[in-house]
Amino acid sequence: MKQTFAIGIGGAAGQGVATPGDIFAKIFSRRGLHLNAYNAYQSIIRGGHTFLTIRTGPEKVTNLGDRVDLLIPLNQDAMDRHLRLLTAGAACLYNSDTIKPGVAAEGAQLCPLPVSKLADITRNKVAQNTIALGAGLSMMGVGFQALEEVLAEQFKRKGEAVVSENIGIARVGYEYATANFRPFAWPLPMTGNRSAVLSGNTAMAMGGAAAGVKFYCAYPMSPSTGVLHWMAAHARRAGIMVRQVEDEIGVVNMAIGAAHAGVRSMCATSGGGFALMSEGLGLSAMMETPVVVIDCQRAGPSTGVPTKTEQGDLWQMLGAAFGDYPRALAAPLDIGDCFKVISEIFNIADRFQCPGIVLCDLLLSEGRLSVDPKDLDFDPVIDRGELITNASSVSGANDDGKYKRYKITESGVSPRAIPGVPGHTHTAASDEHDEDGVLISDEFTNPTKRRVMMEKRMRKVAGIEAAVPPPVLWGPHDADVTLIGWGSTKGVIEEACEILTEQGILANQLQIRWLVPLHGDAILDILKDARHTFIVENNYSGQFARYLRSETSFVPNGYIRKYDGEPFMPHHIVEAVKEQLSGKTKLSVPAHEILV
Amino acid sequence: MATTLAATNHVAVADLKGKVDPDWCPGCGDFGVLAAVQKALVELQIPNHNVVTISGIGCSSNFPGFINTYGMHTLHGRALAVATGVKLANHDLTVLVTGGDGDGFGIGGNHFVHSMRRNVDLLYIVMDNQIYGLTTGQTSPTSRVGMKTKSMPFGNIEAPVNPISLALAAGATFVARGFSAEQKHLTELIKQGIQHKGFSFLDVFSPCVTYNHDNTYQWFRPRVKKLEDDTGYDSADWMAAMGKSLLWDTEIPIGKFFERTDVPTLHGAEPVLDAGPLAHADMRIPGDVTRSFVEELM
Ligand SMILES: Cc1ncc(C[n+]2csc(CCOP(=O)(O)OP(=O)(O)O)c2C)c(N)n1
Ligand code: SF4
Ligand SMILES: [Mg+2]
Repeated sequence: MKQTFAIGIGGAAGQGVATPGDIFAKIFSRRGLHLNAYNAYQSIIRGGHTFLTIRTGPEKVTNLGDRVDLLIPLNQDAMDRHLRLLTAGAACLYNSDTIKPGVAAEGAQLCPLPVSKLADITRNKVAQNTIALGAGLSMMGVGFQALEEVLAEQFKRKGEAVVSENIGIARVGYEYATANFRPFAWPLPMTGNRSAVLSGNTAMAMGGAAAGVKFYCAYPMSPSTGVLHWMAAHARRAGIMVRQVEDEIGVVNMAIGAAHAGVRSMCATSGGGFALMSEGLGLSAMMETPVVVIDCQRAGPSTGVPTKTEQGDLWQMLGAAFGDYPRALAAPLDIGDCFKVISEIFNIADRFQCPGIVLCDLLLSEGRLSVDPKDLDFDPVIDRGELITNASSVSGANDDGKYKRYKITESGVSPRAIPGVPGHTHTAASDEHDEDGVLISDEFTNPTKRRVMMEKRMRKVAGIEAAVPPPVLWGPHDADVTLIGWGSTKGVIEEACEILTEQGILANQLQIRWLVPLHGDAILDILKDARHTFIVENNYSGQFARYLRSETSFVPNGYIRKYDGEPFMPHHIVEAVKEQLSGKTKLSVPAHEILV
Repeated sequence: MATTLAATNHVAVADLKGKVDPDWCPGCGDFGVLAAVQKALVELQIPNHNVVTISGIGCSSNFPGFINTYGMHTLHGRALAVATGVKLANHDLTVLVTGGDGDGFGIGGNHFVHSMRRNVDLLYIVMDNQIYGLTTGQTSPTSRVGMKTKSMPFGNIEAPVNPISLALAAGATFVARGFSAEQKHLTELIKQGIQHKGFSFLDVFSPCVTYNHDNTYQWFRPRVKKLEDDTGYDSADWMAAMGKSLLWDTEIPIGKFFERTDVPTLHGAEPVLDAGPLAHADMRIPGDVTRSFVEELM
C-alpha cells in the first residue's frame, strides 16, 4: 500500500475550516507531496457542520482513503461526530478550554491544547486554529519554517504586526506539541516534485481556456459555480467573453448563438439547470452548431441536496432533448482529466457539429487534487473541423456551385460557414430543413427529404465512434474480480483494487470515460473473460448498469451503490466485494461512517 | 443597432429575396414587415452577408427563411438569447431579431426583459397580431380582455401586457411601434432601429387575417396616429413616452416613442471586445498569461 497521511478538520461553516485546510495543502504541495482534498459541507453560509479531509503522500493520492490520521475538531459537535473515526496511531488536537473529548480508540492519542493559556484569545479569534496548525505540523515532523513562510504570505496584506502575531501563536502551538505530544510514526517526507493544486471546476474552466473557448456563460448553480468564478476572474486576461445570464434556458441558447457566430462556446450547470437546457441541446444538434455543456452532478431529484455528490444524471444526459441526434458524452475520471477532457470534447463537437456534454460531479468539481503542471497543457490539439471563416476557405459548394449548409455527405458532416462570410448566406433552422436550409417541416413536408436529412445527421455517430478511443482494462488480466465504474469513481476503485489484491483477491478495473459513444463491443470483449464483475456507482438505481445492459445485454454479478450524498471510500467497495463473493447479496449499499 | 455602410457592391431588393417565397396566408401582416425590412437594408446598403436575422418559432418567426441574409430559426421564445450570443461573438454583424407576440412576450418574456436592460445592440421586431397564429388561433399575451379564441372560447379574462410600457420600464434605449400597412413609416422606423446603438424594440401591428377577427386592418386604421405628426412630442422624454404608451382604443400612437443614446451597448461595455470580434480572435492565449494561471495554483 502507498503511504499516505490524512487530516480531518471539522467545524461549523464560518468557523474557519477552510484556512487551516488551505495552509496544510500549500505546505504539503511545497514539500513535493501529492494531495487530494474534499470538503463535506451543507448549503448554509454560517453554522451547520463541515468536514474537510486532506490526504497527502509522496505518490499520487487518488481518493480520500479510509482513515483519518489527524483530527482537528473546531467545536464540540465535530469532536462528538468524528472522534470515533480514529484508530491506533491517529491523534486528535483540540481546544481543551471549550471542547470535552470523548473516549478515543486504543492507541489513538488525545492532544488537548490549553488555548487560552497559550495565546491571547481576546485579541485573536482564530487562535485555536493557528495553534492546532503549528501543533499538527510539529507532530508530522515538518519544520516550522514551512508554516512561517505560508503564514507570512497569508497575512501579508494585513501588515507586519498581524504576520508576526500569527507566526508567534503558531510557534507556541508548535513548541507545545513538541514538548507534550507523541509525534506520528511516519514523518512526512519531502520530494522534489512541484505540483499545482486545483479543483475540478478550475480544471474545466482552464481546460476551456486552453481549448480556445472565447464565450462562456452560466447561471449560478452548485456545484458548477466554480467554473463561472474562474472564468469571470480570468476572462479579461484570457480574452474570453463571460456572461451571467437570466436562466439556464438563456445560457444554452446564448452559448449556441456565440458558437454559431464562430467561437468555441461553453457553459456549465448542475442537474436542475441542465433540465432547462434540454431543448437547447436539440437546437445545437438540429442546426449542427457545436456547443459544450458541463453538468456537475449533485444529489437529486429536484433541488435535491445542493452540496452533496451523486452520479444520478446519466439518464438525463442520455435522454436530453427529444428526437434522435448525435451527441458526445464524457465523464472525466479525475481532476486532471477535467482539464484534458474539455479540449478533446470540443474537437469532437467541432468536427461533428453536435453538442458535447461533460458529465462531472461534485466530488471532482469541488474536490482538490495536486497535478503535475505539465499536465495543464495550454497548447492542446485544436481541430475545428470543416469550418468556413472566410470566402477563400473551403467553399462547401455543391455541384451547382451554390453553397449548401446541410449538404448531404458520406460522413454526415457538411462544411459550416459562419455569418459574415460573403457568398454563403443560409438559414440554420431548428425545424427540419433540406440541404439548403429551407424548412420542410411546415407546408412543404417531404418524407423523402426528412429521411435523407435524418440519415445525414445520424451518419455522424459512426464518425464520433471512430474518433473516440474504447475503454481499456486496468490491472491484471487474470483477476478474480473486475470492478466496473464510470467517471469520478476511478481513484477510489483503483485503491479498492489494490486493497483487495493485497488481501488475496486479485482485482482489476474497467473505468468508463466516454459514455457516448460507449463502445459496447469493446466492453463486451473485455468482460467476456471476467470472473466476477461488479458495477460501482454513486446512485440509487444503477443508472450505468442499466445503460450498459441496454446497449450490450451485459449483466454483472453484482452491484455496489451509494446514494447518501457522500463519495465512496475504498473500504466500502472492498467490504461490498467480499460480502458479494460470499454470496450474501447482489446489491451492496455501504453506509457512510463520516456523519456530516 | 449600429452598423457600417457598405463601400462596394450595391445591395438591391432582389439580392434580399429568400430561397423560398413566404408561405404566410394571403393578406397576412407579416408580408409588409418583410418588405419594409428589405427596403430598409437596401436604403442603408448593408451587405446581406453581414446581417444575421434570428427568430424563434411562429408564423412570424418563419421570417429568416424569406430573406437572403444569414439566418437562424431557433427555438420558440429563445431568439433574443441566441442573438445576444451572436452579437457578443461577432459585434461587426448587424443583428435583426424577428418574431411574434407569443414568442417574445409569452414564452420568451424573461429574455425580452433582460436583453433590454443589457442594451444588446440589435433590432428586435415583433410582428404583434395579438394571437397565436401558427398554432391556429389561441390567446396571446397581447390579446385583449374578452377576446374569444379557441383556447378561451368564453373570452379572455387576463389583462394583456403592454409591450411599449414594458420595454420602456425594462430600459430599452429605442422603443417604437409600427403598422404593417404603413410601409414608408415602418421602413423609416426599421432604419432608425438598425442605426440605433443599443437595444431597439419595434412592436409592429401585423394583423393575422385568419385567426384574429378583432384586431383587423379595419380596426387599426382609424385608430393609429403617428407620433411624428405631433410636433410637440419629444422622444427623448421618457415620462412622455410612458404616458403615450398607455393610450389605446380610440387613439393608438405609432412611431418612435423613445430613444436615448447615452447608454453603452453590452458589447461596447466589455473591454474583452476592444481588440475586435471574438469570432476572428486568436484561439491561443499568450504563454506568459497561461503560465500565470498555473502559477496561481502552486
Ligand atoms: C417549447 C414550445 N412550445 C410550444 C410550441 C408551439 N408553438 C409554436 S408557435 C407558437 C405560438 C406562436 O405565436 P406567436 O409567437 O404570436 O407567432 P405567430 O404565429 O402569431 O406569428 C406555439 C405555442 C413550440 N414550438 N415550442
Ligand atoms: S395564420 Fe395569421 S399570422 Fe399566420 S400566416 Fe396566416 S395570417 Fe399570418
Ligand atoms: Mg402572434
